[in-house]
Amino acid sequence: MSNTNIHEWTLLEAAQNIREGKVSSREVTKAILDRISELDPKINSYITVLPEDAMAAAAACDEEQAKGSPLGPLHGVPIGLKDLFCTRGIRTTCGSRALAQFVPPYDAAVAEKVRSSGAVLLGKHNMDEFAMGASTESSWFGPTRNPWKLSCIPGGSSGGTAAAVAASLCFAGVGTDTGGSIRQPASFCGVVGMKPTYGRVSRHGIVALAASLDQAGPLTRSVADAAALLEVIAGHDRRDSTSVNLPVPDYLSATKKPVTGMRIGLPKEYFEIEGLDSGVKAAMERVLKSLTEQGASVVEVSLPHTGYAPSVYCLIASAEASTNVARYDGVRYGFRAEGDQGFAEMMSKTRAELFGEEVKRRIMIGTYALSAEHYDALYVKAQKVRTLIRRDFEEAFQKADVLLTPTTPVTAFPPGEKTKDPLTMYLVEALTMPCNLAGIPGISVPCGFSEEGLPVGAQLLAGSFREETMFAAAGAIERAIPSPRVMPALRVD
Amino acid sequence: MAITREEVRHIARLARIALSDSEVDSFGDQIGKLLDYTKQLDRLDTNAVAPTIHLADTGTLLRDDIVCPFEDTEAILKSATDRAGDFFRVPRILE
Repeated sequence: MSNTNIHEWTLLEAAQNIREGKVSSREVTKAILDRISELDPKINSYITVLPEDAMAAAAACDEEQAKGSPLGPLHGVPIGLKDLFCTRGIRTTCGSRALAQFVPPYDAAVAEKVRSSGAVLLGKHNMDEFAMGASTESSWFGPTRNPWKLSCIPGGSSGGTAAAVAASLCFAGVGTDTGGSIRQPASFCGVVGMKPTYGRVSRHGIVALAASLDQAGPLTRSVADAAALLEVIAGHDRRDSTSVNLPVPDYLSATKKPVTGMRIGLPKEYFEIEGLDSGVKAAMERVLKSLTEQGASVVEVSLPHTGYAPSVYCLIASAEASTNVARYDGVRYGFRAEGDQGFAEMMSKTRAELFGEEVKRRIMIGTYALSAEHYDALYVKAQKVRTLIRRDFEEAFQKADVLLTPTTPVTAFPPGEKTKDPLTMYLVEALTMPCNLAGIPGISVPCGFSEEGLPVGAQLLAGSFREETMFAAAGAIERAIPSPRVMPALRVD
Repeated sequence: MAITREEVRHIARLARIALSDSEVDSFGDQIGKLLDYTKQLDRLDTNAVAPTIHLADTGTLLRDDIVCPFEDTEAILKSATDRAGDFFRVPRILE
Protein backbone atom coordinates (compact mmCIF):
# COMPACT_ATOMS: atom_id res chain seq x y z
CA MET A 1 0.00 0.00 0.00
CA SER A 2 1.26 3.45 -0.84
CA ASN A 3 1.63 5.46 2.31
CA THR A 4 2.22 8.80 0.65
CA ASN A 5 -1.39 9.81 1.13
CA ILE A 6 -1.85 8.74 4.76
CA HIS A 7 -2.67 12.29 5.83
CA GLU A 8 -5.59 12.40 3.38
CA TRP A 9 -7.43 9.65 5.22
CA THR A 10 -10.34 10.44 7.46
CA LEU A 11 -10.29 9.37 11.10
CA LEU A 12 -12.44 6.32 10.32
CA GLU A 13 -10.35 5.34 7.29
CA ALA A 14 -7.16 5.52 9.35
CA ALA A 15 -8.79 3.41 12.10
CA GLN A 16 -9.95 0.85 9.55
CA ASN A 17 -6.61 0.62 7.72
CA ILE A 18 -4.79 0.10 11.01
CA ARG A 19 -7.32 -2.44 12.29
CA GLU A 20 -7.10 -4.42 9.04
CA GLY A 21 -3.30 -4.47 9.29
CA LYS A 22 -2.81 -2.56 6.03
CA VAL A 23 -0.59 -0.13 7.86
CA SER A 24 0.90 0.05 11.35
CA SER A 25 0.10 2.69 13.92
CA ARG A 26 3.81 3.55 13.89
CA GLU A 27 3.75 4.26 10.14
CA VAL A 28 0.65 6.42 10.45
CA THR A 29 1.90 8.28 13.51
CA LYS A 30 5.32 8.87 11.93
CA ALA A 31 3.69 10.24 8.76
CA ILE A 32 1.66 12.77 10.73
CA LEU A 33 4.57 13.75 13.01
CA ASP A 34 6.68 14.39 9.88
CA ARG A 35 3.90 16.56 8.50
CA ILE A 36 3.75 18.51 11.75
CA SER A 37 7.52 19.16 11.61
CA GLU A 38 7.20 20.33 8.03
CA LEU A 39 4.07 22.51 8.22
CA ASP A 40 3.40 23.54 11.78
CA PRO A 41 6.17 26.14 11.96
CA LYS A 42 3.96 28.09 9.53
CA ILE A 43 0.61 27.37 11.19
CA ASN A 44 1.49 27.13 14.91
CA SER A 45 -1.45 24.85 15.66
CA TYR A 46 0.33 22.94 18.43
CA ILE A 47 1.56 24.27 21.77
CA THR A 48 3.11 20.92 22.65
CA VAL A 49 4.02 18.09 20.24
CA LEU A 50 4.84 14.72 21.81
CA PRO A 51 6.93 12.85 19.22
CA GLU A 52 8.53 10.34 21.64
CA ASP A 53 5.37 9.66 23.65
CA ALA A 54 3.31 9.30 20.47
CA MET A 55 5.76 6.89 18.82
CA ALA A 56 5.97 4.85 22.04
CA ALA A 57 2.16 4.71 22.26
CA ALA A 58 1.96 3.73 18.57
CA ALA A 59 4.50 0.94 19.11
CA ALA A 60 2.47 -0.30 22.09
CA CYS A 61 -0.67 -0.26 19.89
CA ASP A 62 1.09 -2.34 17.24
CA GLU A 63 2.27 -4.82 19.87
CA GLU A 64 -1.22 -5.19 21.35
CA GLN A 65 -2.62 -5.79 17.89
CA ALA A 66 0.03 -8.41 17.09
CA LYS A 67 -0.93 -10.23 20.30
CA GLY A 68 -4.57 -10.30 19.16
CA SER A 69 -5.80 -8.12 22.05
CA PRO A 70 -9.27 -6.52 21.72
CA LEU A 71 -8.93 -3.15 19.98
CA GLY A 72 -10.67 0.12 20.79
CA PRO A 73 -12.58 1.99 18.06
CA LEU A 74 -9.70 4.44 17.42
CA HIS A 75 -6.91 1.93 17.95
CA GLY A 76 -3.56 3.36 16.88
CA VAL A 77 -4.94 6.55 15.31
CA PRO A 78 -3.06 9.76 16.18
CA ILE A 79 -5.22 12.66 17.32
CA GLY A 80 -4.78 15.90 19.28
CA LEU A 81 -6.48 17.69 22.15
CA LYS A 82 -7.03 21.38 22.77
CA ASP A 83 -4.56 22.39 25.44
CA LEU A 84 -7.21 22.79 28.15
CA PHE A 85 -7.89 19.11 28.71
CA CYS A 86 -5.77 18.05 31.66
CA THR A 87 -3.34 15.32 30.61
CA ARG A 88 -1.50 13.45 33.34
CA GLY A 89 2.21 14.15 33.19
CA ILE A 90 1.85 16.36 30.09
CA ARG A 91 1.95 20.14 30.41
CA THR A 92 -1.50 21.73 30.04
CA THR A 93 -1.22 25.47 29.43
CA CYS A 94 -4.68 26.69 28.37
CA GLY A 95 -2.76 29.08 26.10
CA SER A 96 -1.73 31.13 29.14
CA ARG A 97 1.47 32.16 30.82
CA ALA A 98 -0.38 31.35 34.06
CA LEU A 99 -0.22 27.63 33.27
CA ALA A 100 2.91 27.57 31.11
CA GLN A 101 4.57 25.24 33.62
CA PHE A 102 1.51 23.36 34.89
CA VAL A 103 1.74 19.56 34.67
CA PRO A 104 -1.61 18.06 35.75
CA PRO A 105 -1.54 15.13 38.17
CA TYR A 106 -4.58 13.53 36.48
CA ASP A 107 -6.34 13.07 33.12
CA ALA A 108 -9.52 14.90 32.11
CA ALA A 109 -12.47 12.57 31.45
CA VAL A 110 -12.11 13.33 27.72
CA ALA A 111 -8.41 12.44 27.81
CA GLU A 112 -9.18 9.17 29.62
CA LYS A 113 -11.83 8.26 27.07
CA VAL A 114 -9.63 9.15 24.11
CA ARG A 115 -6.80 7.04 25.52
CA SER A 116 -9.06 4.07 26.25
CA SER A 117 -10.41 4.22 22.68
CA GLY A 118 -6.87 3.29 21.62
CA ALA A 119 -6.05 6.66 20.05
CA VAL A 120 -2.47 7.96 20.13
CA LEU A 121 -2.05 11.47 21.58
CA LEU A 122 0.10 13.57 19.23
CA GLY A 123 0.08 16.73 21.28
CA LYS A 124 -1.85 19.67 22.62
CA HIS A 125 -3.42 22.30 20.38
CA ASN A 126 -3.05 26.07 20.50
CA MET A 127 -5.95 28.23 21.68
CA ASP A 128 -6.93 31.70 22.85
CA GLU A 129 -5.70 32.34 26.38
CA PHE A 130 -8.11 30.56 28.77
CA ALA A 131 -10.40 30.07 25.73
CA MET A 132 -11.32 33.76 25.94
CA GLY A 133 -11.42 34.82 22.32
CA ALA A 134 -12.58 33.85 18.88
CA SER A 135 -9.38 34.21 16.85
CA THR A 136 -6.53 32.30 18.59
CA GLU A 137 -4.55 35.55 18.58
CA SER A 138 -4.37 35.85 22.36
CA SER A 139 -2.36 32.68 23.04
CA TRP A 140 0.77 33.23 25.14
CA PHE A 141 2.40 30.80 22.67
CA GLY A 142 1.76 33.00 19.63
CA PRO A 143 -1.16 33.13 17.20
CA THR A 144 -2.32 30.22 15.04
CA ARG A 145 -2.71 30.92 11.31
CA ASN A 146 -5.48 29.72 9.02
CA PRO A 147 -4.12 26.95 6.75
CA TRP A 148 -6.42 28.09 3.92
CA LYS A 149 -4.83 31.53 4.00
CA LEU A 150 -1.94 32.10 6.36
CA SER A 151 -2.60 35.83 6.58
CA CYS A 152 -5.99 35.12 8.19
CA ILE A 153 -6.97 33.98 11.67
CA PRO A 154 -8.30 30.42 12.07
CA GLY A 155 -11.10 31.51 14.39
CA GLY A 156 -11.12 30.46 18.02
CA SER A 157 -10.85 29.67 20.73
CA SER A 158 -10.27 26.11 19.44
CA GLY A 159 -8.35 27.60 16.50
CA GLY A 160 -5.31 25.36 16.93
CA THR A 161 -7.47 22.25 16.77
CA ALA A 162 -9.42 23.46 13.72
CA ALA A 163 -6.23 24.45 11.88
CA ALA A 164 -4.47 21.17 12.75
CA VAL A 165 -7.43 19.11 11.53
CA ALA A 166 -7.74 21.18 8.33
CA ALA A 167 -4.04 20.86 7.51
CA SER A 168 -4.05 17.12 8.32
CA LEU A 169 -1.71 17.54 11.27
CA CYS A 170 -3.92 15.02 13.12
CA PHE A 171 -6.91 12.87 12.12
CA ALA A 172 -9.20 14.62 14.56
CA GLY A 173 -9.15 16.77 17.66
CA VAL A 174 -11.31 17.54 20.64
CA GLY A 175 -12.04 21.18 21.43
CA THR A 176 -14.43 23.06 23.69
CA ASP A 177 -17.26 25.41 22.81
CA THR A 178 -18.49 28.11 25.21
CA GLY A 179 -19.97 30.62 22.75
CA GLY A 180 -18.97 29.05 19.44
CA SER A 181 -15.35 28.08 20.10
CA ILE A 182 -15.65 24.77 18.20
CA ARG A 183 -18.14 25.71 15.46
CA GLN A 184 -16.72 29.12 14.54
CA PRO A 185 -13.10 27.96 13.95
CA ALA A 186 -14.43 24.83 12.21
CA SER A 187 -16.31 27.14 9.84
CA PHE A 188 -13.26 29.37 9.24
CA CYS A 189 -10.99 26.35 8.61
CA GLY A 190 -13.39 24.26 6.49
CA VAL A 191 -13.78 21.34 8.89
CA VAL A 192 -16.65 19.76 10.82
CA GLY A 193 -17.03 21.02 14.39
CA MET A 194 -19.68 19.89 16.79
CA LYS A 195 -20.89 21.09 20.20
CA PRO A 196 -22.93 18.44 22.00
CA THR A 197 -25.88 19.10 24.33
CA TYR A 198 -24.76 20.54 27.67
CA GLY A 199 -24.16 17.54 29.94
CA ARG A 200 -23.47 15.06 27.11
CA VAL A 201 -19.67 15.08 27.58
CA SER A 202 -18.04 15.24 31.01
CA ARG A 203 -16.31 18.52 31.88
CA HIS A 204 -14.15 16.80 34.53
CA GLY A 205 -10.58 17.97 34.05
CA ILE A 206 -11.34 20.73 31.56
CA VAL A 207 -9.77 24.04 32.56
CA ALA A 208 -13.07 25.88 32.95
CA LEU A 209 -13.99 29.09 31.15
CA ALA A 210 -17.73 29.39 31.90
CA ALA A 211 -19.06 26.35 33.69
CA SER A 212 -22.70 26.71 32.60
CA LEU A 213 -21.76 27.11 28.92
CA ASP A 214 -18.65 24.95 28.31
CA GLN A 215 -19.00 21.69 26.39
CA ALA A 216 -16.33 19.54 24.73
CA GLY A 217 -16.81 18.22 21.22
CA PRO A 218 -15.08 16.84 18.11
CA LEU A 219 -13.39 18.67 15.21
CA THR A 220 -12.92 16.40 12.19
CA ARG A 221 -12.72 16.26 8.40
CA SER A 222 -16.00 14.38 7.97
CA VAL A 223 -19.42 14.21 9.59
CA ALA A 224 -19.02 10.46 10.20
CA ASP A 225 -15.71 11.12 11.98
CA ALA A 226 -17.41 13.64 14.26
CA ALA A 227 -20.13 11.13 15.10
CA ALA A 228 -17.59 8.39 15.81
CA LEU A 229 -15.48 10.65 18.02
CA LEU A 230 -18.54 11.88 19.92
CA GLU A 231 -19.42 8.25 20.66
CA VAL A 232 -15.96 7.90 22.21
CA ILE A 233 -16.05 11.01 24.43
CA ALA A 234 -19.76 11.14 25.41
CA GLY A 235 -21.23 9.49 28.47
CA HIS A 236 -22.10 9.92 32.12
CA ASP A 237 -19.42 10.83 34.64
CA ARG A 238 -20.15 11.15 38.37
CA ARG A 239 -17.24 13.56 38.74
CA ASP A 240 -19.15 16.23 36.75
CA SER A 241 -22.42 17.02 38.54
CA THR A 242 -23.90 18.42 35.32
CA SER A 243 -23.11 15.26 33.34
CA VAL A 244 -26.33 13.60 32.22
CA ASN A 245 -26.99 9.90 32.74
CA LEU A 246 -28.36 8.90 29.34
CA PRO A 247 -27.16 6.09 27.07
CA VAL A 248 -24.86 7.11 24.17
CA PRO A 249 -26.71 6.45 20.89
CA ASP A 250 -25.23 5.11 17.65
CA TYR A 251 -24.37 8.52 16.20
CA LEU A 252 -22.48 7.02 13.28
CA SER A 253 -25.57 5.28 11.89
CA ALA A 254 -27.51 8.52 12.30
CA THR A 255 -25.21 10.28 9.80
CA LYS A 256 -26.43 7.94 7.04
CA LYS A 257 -30.16 8.35 7.68
CA PRO A 258 -32.26 10.05 5.01
CA VAL A 259 -33.72 13.50 5.64
CA THR A 260 -37.01 12.78 3.88
CA GLY A 261 -39.76 14.63 5.70
CA MET A 262 -37.35 16.43 8.01
CA ARG A 263 -38.52 19.96 8.83
CA ILE A 264 -35.66 22.46 8.38
CA GLY A 265 -36.31 25.68 10.28
CA LEU A 266 -34.80 28.95 9.08
CA PRO A 267 -34.59 31.43 11.98
CA LYS A 268 -35.22 34.71 10.22
CA GLU A 269 -33.22 36.78 12.74
CA TYR A 270 -30.07 34.82 11.83
CA PHE A 271 -30.37 35.82 8.18
CA GLU A 272 -31.13 39.46 9.00
CA ILE A 273 -27.88 39.91 10.93
CA GLU A 274 -25.86 42.99 10.06
CA GLY A 275 -22.82 42.35 7.87
CA LEU A 276 -23.91 38.96 6.49
CA ASP A 277 -21.40 38.23 3.72
CA SER A 278 -22.87 37.65 0.24
CA GLY A 279 -20.75 34.53 -0.25
CA VAL A 280 -22.06 33.10 3.01
CA LYS A 281 -25.62 33.87 1.97
CA ALA A 282 -25.16 32.18 -1.42
CA ALA A 283 -23.68 29.11 0.28
CA MET A 284 -26.73 28.90 2.56
CA GLU A 285 -29.02 28.93 -0.45
CA ARG A 286 -27.09 26.00 -1.96
CA VAL A 287 -27.36 24.08 1.32
CA LEU A 288 -31.08 24.67 1.54
CA LYS A 289 -31.60 23.57 -2.05
CA SER A 290 -29.62 20.37 -1.45
CA LEU A 291 -31.68 19.50 1.63
CA THR A 292 -35.03 20.11 -0.08
CA GLU A 293 -33.87 18.05 -3.06
CA GLN A 294 -33.30 15.20 -0.61
CA GLY A 295 -36.87 15.45 0.65
CA ALA A 296 -36.66 17.87 3.58
CA SER A 297 -39.22 20.64 3.98
CA VAL A 298 -38.53 24.24 4.91
CA VAL A 299 -40.28 26.33 7.54
CA GLU A 300 -39.49 29.86 8.66
CA VAL A 301 -39.17 30.26 12.43
CA SER A 302 -38.49 33.19 14.70
CA LEU A 303 -36.11 33.42 17.64
CA PRO A 304 -37.05 36.93 18.72
CA HIS A 305 -34.45 37.31 21.50
CA THR A 306 -31.47 36.46 19.26
CA GLY A 307 -30.22 40.05 19.28
CA TYR A 308 -29.86 39.97 23.07
CA ALA A 309 -27.59 36.92 23.09
CA PRO A 310 -24.24 38.79 22.88
CA SER A 311 -25.17 40.94 25.92
CA VAL A 312 -26.35 37.94 27.92
CA TYR A 313 -23.27 35.98 26.90
CA CYS A 314 -20.88 38.81 27.71
CA LEU A 315 -22.25 39.15 31.25
CA ILE A 316 -22.71 35.45 32.11
CA ALA A 317 -19.52 34.17 30.50
CA SER A 318 -17.42 36.96 32.04
CA ALA A 319 -18.96 36.45 35.48
CA GLU A 320 -18.29 32.72 35.42
CA ALA A 321 -14.82 33.22 33.94
CA SER A 322 -13.83 35.73 36.62
CA THR A 323 -14.64 33.20 39.34
CA ASN A 324 -12.96 30.31 37.49
CA VAL A 325 -9.63 32.09 37.07
CA ALA A 326 -9.62 33.26 40.70
CA ARG A 327 -7.60 30.12 41.50
CA TYR A 328 -4.52 31.41 39.62
CA ASP A 329 -3.14 33.14 42.67
CA GLY A 330 0.60 32.55 42.50
CA VAL A 331 0.48 29.58 44.87
CA ARG A 332 -0.53 26.34 43.17
CA TYR A 333 0.18 26.62 39.44
CA GLY A 334 3.83 27.30 38.98
CA PHE A 335 4.22 31.08 38.65
CA ARG A 336 4.66 33.84 41.22
CA ALA A 337 5.69 37.46 40.67
CA GLU A 338 9.06 38.40 42.15
CA GLY A 339 9.43 40.64 45.17
CA ASP A 340 9.29 40.77 48.94
CA GLN A 341 5.62 41.31 49.63
CA GLY A 342 2.51 40.27 51.55
CA PHE A 343 -0.02 37.78 50.22
CA ALA A 344 -2.54 40.21 48.70
CA GLU A 345 0.16 42.22 46.96
CA MET A 346 1.86 39.07 45.64
CA MET A 347 -1.48 37.86 44.24
CA SER A 348 -2.29 41.18 42.53
CA LYS A 349 1.17 41.47 40.99
CA THR A 350 1.23 37.83 39.92
CA ARG A 351 -2.15 38.11 38.21
CA ALA A 352 -1.16 41.38 36.54
CA GLU A 353 1.89 39.65 35.03
CA LEU A 354 0.15 36.35 34.25
CA PHE A 355 -2.92 37.41 32.35
CA GLY A 356 -3.20 38.93 28.88
CA GLU A 357 -5.41 41.91 28.07
CA GLU A 358 -8.55 39.99 27.05
CA VAL A 359 -8.44 37.85 30.19
CA LYS A 360 -8.04 40.90 32.41
CA ARG A 361 -10.89 42.66 30.63
CA ARG A 362 -13.25 39.72 31.14
CA ILE A 363 -12.25 39.33 34.78
CA MET A 364 -13.02 43.03 35.27
CA ILE A 365 -16.43 42.84 33.56
CA GLY A 366 -17.31 39.65 35.40
CA THR A 367 -16.25 41.00 38.78
CA TYR A 368 -18.27 44.16 38.10
CA ALA A 369 -21.38 42.16 37.12
CA LEU A 370 -21.09 40.01 40.26
CA SER A 371 -20.35 42.88 42.67
CA ALA A 372 -23.03 43.54 45.27
CA GLU A 373 -24.10 46.87 43.70
CA HIS A 374 -24.68 45.46 40.21
CA TYR A 375 -25.50 41.78 40.76
CA ASP A 376 -29.29 42.04 40.23
CA ALA A 377 -29.23 44.63 37.47
CA LEU A 378 -26.59 42.82 35.42
CA TYR A 379 -25.99 39.17 36.32
CA VAL A 380 -29.49 38.15 37.39
CA LYS A 381 -31.00 40.19 34.54
CA ALA A 382 -28.79 38.28 32.08
CA GLN A 383 -29.86 34.96 33.56
CA LYS A 384 -33.51 35.95 33.12
CA VAL A 385 -33.03 36.90 29.47
CA ARG A 386 -31.20 33.59 29.08
CA THR A 387 -34.50 31.93 30.04
CA LEU A 388 -36.25 33.87 27.24
CA ILE A 389 -33.61 32.72 24.73
CA ARG A 390 -34.13 29.09 25.80
CA ARG A 391 -37.90 29.47 25.40
CA ASP A 392 -37.42 30.84 21.86
CA PHE A 393 -35.69 27.58 20.92
CA GLU A 394 -38.30 25.40 22.65
CA GLU A 395 -40.99 27.08 20.57
CA ALA A 396 -39.00 26.87 17.34
CA PHE A 397 -38.46 23.14 17.84
CA GLN A 398 -42.24 22.66 17.94
CA LYS A 399 -42.25 23.63 14.27
CA ALA A 400 -38.86 22.38 13.07
CA ASP A 401 -36.66 19.33 13.64
CA VAL A 402 -33.41 21.19 13.04
CA LEU A 403 -32.52 24.83 12.43
CA LEU A 404 -30.21 25.85 9.60
CA THR A 405 -28.14 29.06 9.86
CA PRO A 406 -24.76 30.35 8.80
CA THR A 407 -22.18 29.46 11.47
CA THR A 408 -20.69 32.93 11.19
CA PRO A 409 -21.84 36.00 9.27
CA VAL A 410 -18.38 36.32 7.66
CA THR A 411 -15.46 34.14 6.57
CA ALA A 412 -11.94 34.21 8.09
CA PHE A 413 -10.34 37.67 8.33
CA PRO A 414 -6.87 39.09 8.98
CA PRO A 415 -5.57 39.35 12.56
CA GLY A 416 -6.30 42.56 14.45
CA GLU A 417 -9.10 43.53 12.08
CA LYS A 418 -11.95 42.72 14.44
CA THR A 419 -10.18 41.78 17.63
CA LYS A 420 -9.12 45.34 18.47
CA ASP A 421 -12.68 46.17 19.47
CA PRO A 422 -13.98 43.72 22.09
CA LEU A 423 -17.61 44.34 21.13
CA THR A 424 -17.06 43.56 17.42
CA MET A 425 -15.35 40.33 18.44
CA TYR A 426 -18.36 39.25 20.49
CA LEU A 427 -20.54 39.87 17.44
CA VAL A 428 -18.46 37.42 15.35
CA GLU A 429 -19.97 34.74 17.59
CA ALA A 430 -23.48 36.23 17.55
CA LEU A 431 -24.91 33.25 15.65
CA THR A 432 -23.20 30.58 17.74
CA MET A 433 -23.72 31.95 21.28
CA PRO A 434 -27.50 31.39 21.60
CA CYS A 435 -26.95 27.62 21.27
CA ASN A 436 -24.67 27.60 24.34
CA LEU A 437 -27.06 29.78 26.32
CA ALA A 438 -29.86 27.28 25.57
CA GLY A 439 -27.62 24.24 26.15
CA ILE A 440 -28.68 22.63 22.85
CA PRO A 441 -26.37 20.84 20.38
CA GLY A 442 -24.95 22.52 17.28
CA ILE A 443 -22.67 21.54 14.41
CA SER A 444 -20.82 23.43 11.70
CA VAL A 445 -20.50 21.62 8.37
CA PRO A 446 -18.34 22.89 5.48
CA CYS A 447 -20.59 24.01 2.62
CA GLY A 448 -18.36 25.56 -0.01
CA PHE A 449 -16.23 28.64 -0.37
CA SER A 450 -16.57 32.39 -0.58
CA GLU A 451 -15.49 34.31 -3.68
CA GLU A 452 -12.10 34.73 -2.00
CA GLY A 453 -11.75 30.96 -1.70
CA LEU A 454 -12.25 30.86 2.05
CA PRO A 455 -14.38 28.11 3.64
CA VAL A 456 -18.00 28.74 4.65
CA GLY A 457 -19.77 26.73 7.35
CA ALA A 458 -23.44 25.85 7.69
CA GLN A 459 -24.69 25.58 11.26
CA LEU A 460 -27.35 23.09 12.30
CA LEU A 461 -29.03 23.33 15.70
CA ALA A 462 -31.29 20.72 17.29
CA GLY A 463 -33.23 20.27 20.52
CA SER A 464 -31.46 18.94 23.61
CA PHE A 465 -30.13 15.39 23.10
CA ARG A 466 -31.33 15.37 19.46
CA GLU A 467 -27.80 14.96 18.13
CA GLU A 468 -28.94 12.10 15.88
CA THR A 469 -31.34 14.32 13.92
CA MET A 470 -28.61 16.91 13.58
CA PHE A 471 -26.10 14.32 12.33
CA ALA A 472 -28.62 13.09 9.73
CA ALA A 473 -29.00 16.61 8.33
CA ALA A 474 -25.23 17.19 8.51
CA GLY A 475 -24.59 13.96 6.59
CA ALA A 476 -27.07 15.04 3.93
CA ILE A 477 -25.30 18.40 3.48
CA GLU A 478 -21.92 16.68 3.22
CA ARG A 479 -23.15 14.19 0.60
CA ALA A 480 -24.54 17.02 -1.53
CA ILE A 481 -21.65 19.46 -1.08
CA PRO A 482 -18.51 17.38 -0.53
CA SER A 483 -15.52 19.30 0.80
CA PRO A 484 -12.16 18.87 -0.88
CA ARG A 485 -10.24 15.91 0.47
CA VAL A 486 -6.91 17.65 0.72
CA MET A 487 -5.91 21.16 1.58
CA PRO A 488 -4.50 23.18 -1.27
CA ALA A 489 -0.88 24.20 -0.83
CA LEU A 490 -0.72 26.62 2.07
CA ARG A 491 -1.50 30.06 0.71
CA VAL A 492 0.81 32.76 1.91
CA ASP A 493 -0.80 35.88 0.37
CA MET B 1 -22.81 53.66 31.13
CA ALA B 2 -19.87 55.65 32.31
CA ILE B 3 -17.64 53.87 34.75
CA THR B 4 -15.36 56.08 36.81
CA ARG B 5 -11.64 55.47 37.19
CA GLU B 6 -12.25 55.01 40.93
CA GLU B 7 -14.76 52.22 40.18
CA VAL B 8 -12.25 50.55 37.85
CA ARG B 9 -9.65 50.62 40.63
CA HIS B 10 -12.19 49.22 43.10
CA ILE B 11 -13.08 46.32 40.76
CA ALA B 12 -9.39 45.64 40.12
CA ARG B 13 -8.83 45.45 43.88
CA LEU B 14 -11.71 42.98 44.25
CA ALA B 15 -10.32 40.90 41.37
CA ARG B 16 -6.75 41.10 42.77
CA ILE B 17 -5.20 42.48 39.61
CA ALA B 18 -2.67 45.31 39.82
CA LEU B 19 -3.48 47.69 36.93
CA SER B 20 -1.26 50.40 35.51
CA ASP B 21 -2.74 53.90 35.07
CA SER B 22 -3.02 53.40 31.33
CA GLU B 23 -4.83 50.08 31.88
CA VAL B 24 -7.25 51.81 34.25
CA ASP B 25 -8.01 54.29 31.43
CA SER B 26 -8.35 51.78 28.61
CA PHE B 27 -10.33 49.22 30.61
CA GLY B 28 -12.56 52.00 31.92
CA ASP B 29 -13.44 53.04 28.37
CA GLN B 30 -13.89 49.50 27.05
CA ILE B 31 -15.92 48.25 29.99
CA GLY B 32 -18.08 51.37 29.80
CA LYS B 33 -18.80 50.64 26.13
CA LEU B 34 -19.65 46.99 26.79
CA LEU B 35 -21.91 47.92 29.68
CA ASP B 36 -23.61 50.50 27.46
CA TYR B 37 -24.26 47.77 24.94
CA THR B 38 -25.73 45.41 27.55
CA LYS B 39 -28.18 48.19 28.54
CA GLN B 40 -30.34 46.77 25.72
CA LEU B 41 -31.45 44.09 28.19
CA ASP B 42 -33.37 46.75 30.16
CA ARG B 43 -35.80 47.00 27.26
CA LEU B 44 -37.16 43.57 28.22
CA ASP B 45 -39.67 43.18 31.03
CA THR B 46 -38.40 40.16 32.96
CA ASN B 47 -40.31 40.61 36.22
CA ALA B 48 -42.20 37.35 35.70
CA VAL B 49 -39.24 35.41 34.28
CA ALA B 50 -37.21 32.98 36.39
CA PRO B 51 -33.44 33.16 35.94
CA THR B 52 -31.72 30.17 34.29
CA ILE B 53 -29.54 28.66 36.97
CA HIS B 54 -29.49 25.07 35.73
CA LEU B 55 -29.76 23.85 32.15
CA ALA B 56 -30.68 20.29 33.06
CA ASP B 57 -34.11 19.62 34.54
CA THR B 58 -32.44 17.48 37.18
CA GLY B 59 -31.18 20.46 39.21
CA THR B 60 -28.27 19.83 41.52
CA LEU B 61 -27.25 16.18 41.68
CA LEU B 62 -25.91 14.94 44.96
CA ARG B 63 -23.50 12.12 45.58
CA ASP B 64 -22.17 10.48 48.69
CA ASP B 65 -19.28 12.32 50.25
CA ILE B 66 -16.66 9.59 50.13
CA VAL B 67 -12.97 10.19 50.76
CA CYS B 68 -10.90 8.94 47.81
CA PRO B 69 -7.18 8.98 48.55
CA PHE B 70 -4.98 10.54 45.85
CA GLU B 71 -1.62 8.81 45.99
CA ASP B 72 0.56 11.09 43.92
CA THR B 73 0.86 14.10 46.24
CA GLU B 74 4.23 14.89 44.72
CA ALA B 75 2.65 15.44 41.28
CA ILE B 76 0.39 18.13 42.78
CA LEU B 77 3.18 19.80 44.73
CA LYS B 78 5.36 19.95 41.63
CA SER B 79 3.31 22.95 40.50
CA ALA B 80 3.80 24.77 43.82
CA THR B 81 5.62 28.09 43.54
CA ASP B 82 6.94 27.57 47.05
CA ARG B 83 6.54 24.63 49.41
CA ALA B 84 7.37 23.43 52.89
CA GLY B 85 7.21 19.67 53.12
CA ASP B 86 3.79 18.60 51.86
CA PHE B 87 2.37 22.13 52.09
CA PHE B 88 2.07 25.07 49.72
CA ARG B 89 3.92 27.98 51.28
CA VAL B 90 2.43 31.48 50.88
CA PRO B 91 3.74 34.92 51.85
CA ARG B 92 2.70 36.46 55.16
CA ILE B 93 -1.08 36.94 55.25
CA LEU B 94 -1.44 38.85 58.54
CA GLU B 95 0.73 41.87 59.17
